[in-house]
Amino acid sequence: MKFAVIRFPGSNCDQDCVLTLNNLPGASAEFVWHKDTSLAGFDAIVIPGGFSYGDYLRCGAIARFSPIMQTVKSFAASGGTVLGICNGFQILCESGLLPGALVRNKGLHFVCKHQTIRVESTNSRFTRAATNGQVLNIPIAHGEGCYFADDATLAALNANDQILVRYCDAQGQTTDTSNPNGSRENIAGICNETRNIFGLMPHPERACDPALGSTEGLMIFDSLLKC
Amino acid sequence: MKVLVTVLPKPSVLDPQGAAAAEAIRHLGLTGVGRVRIGKVIELELPDSTPDAEIHRIAKDLLSNPVIEDYSISK
Repeated sequence: MKFAVIRFPGSNCDQDCVLTLNNLPGASAEFVWHKDTSLAGFDAIVIPGGFSYGDYLRCGAIARFSPIMQTVKSFAASGGTVLGICNGFQILCESGLLPGALVRNKGLHFVCKHQTIRVESTNSRFTRAATNGQVLNIPIAHGEGCYFADDATLAALNANDQILVRYCDAQGQTTDTSNPNGSRENIAGICNETRNIFGLMPHPERACDPALGSTEGLMIFDSLLKC
Repeated sequence: MKVLVTVLPKPSVLDPQGAAAAEAIRHLGLTGVGRVRIGKVIELELPDSTPDAEIHRIAKDLLSNPVIEDYSISK
C-alpha cells in the first residue's frame, strides 16, 4: 500500500508519518507537496499534523485552499482512503470533508501527553484490526483539539456509527476528567458517512515504536494494511 | 473602500477565552459582567465596486467557519 503524506508549509509531523509507514511491512510512503495536483499511483493519503500556514485565521483554514486539496477531495469522493492526524483532522473539517470543527481547548492550554482512547467502532478500514472497546495509549499534542458539532450533527454521528475513538481513562471509561480538551462527548476521532475518511487528534504515528513508549498506534496502520 | 468583518464564536460554542476574560474583569472589581466572547476583526481593502455578495462570500467561505462562528460586515 502506497501512502502519500501531504506537506504544507508548517507541517511538522510529516517526517514521522513517512518514517513510521516505511517501517511497516507492506507499506511505503512518499511526501507530496501541497502545490502538487496529482495523487496518481497512491492508495491512501495521510494529512499529517503540524501548524499549516502557522494556524493563521483558524487551524486548517488556509491549507484547505492549497492546490492538492482539490485532488484530495476527488480522491476521497471516489472512495479513496484519507487519514487526517491532528492538524490533518482540522484541515479535513475546514474542508468540509468531515463534519464539525476543532476549537480552542477548554482549559486554554496546549496539551502534550500520552492519552488513552477507546475504539468505539471496528466497522471501518481504520479500526478493523482492533476489538470493540479496546483502549489505546496514544500521544496527543494540540491547543485546538476541542471537537465541536451541533446537536443534530452529533446525533447523526452517533446514529451512523461515525465516532471511531473517544478519550477515556485507563479503564476505558469516558469521563469528564479523561477528556483532555473539552471535546463534545469525548470525541477524539470521527469518520465520514462513507467511512473512507478518518480524522483524529491523537498521533498514532508517534506510537509505533517501543522507543517512543507505546506501539498501540500501530492498530490504525495495521487496520489499513489488513485486506 | 475599507470593510470590517467581525467574527464571533456562536453562542452555542464553548469560548474559554471569553470565560477567562470575564473572570479577569471580575478580578478588576467589576461585578455584574455577563458573558464575554472573544472573536476577531478583519479589515479588508476592496474596490468600491465590490458587490455585497462577494464580501459575504469572503466572510463565509474564508474569514469565518459557519460551524462555529457568526460574522457581521460593516463598511
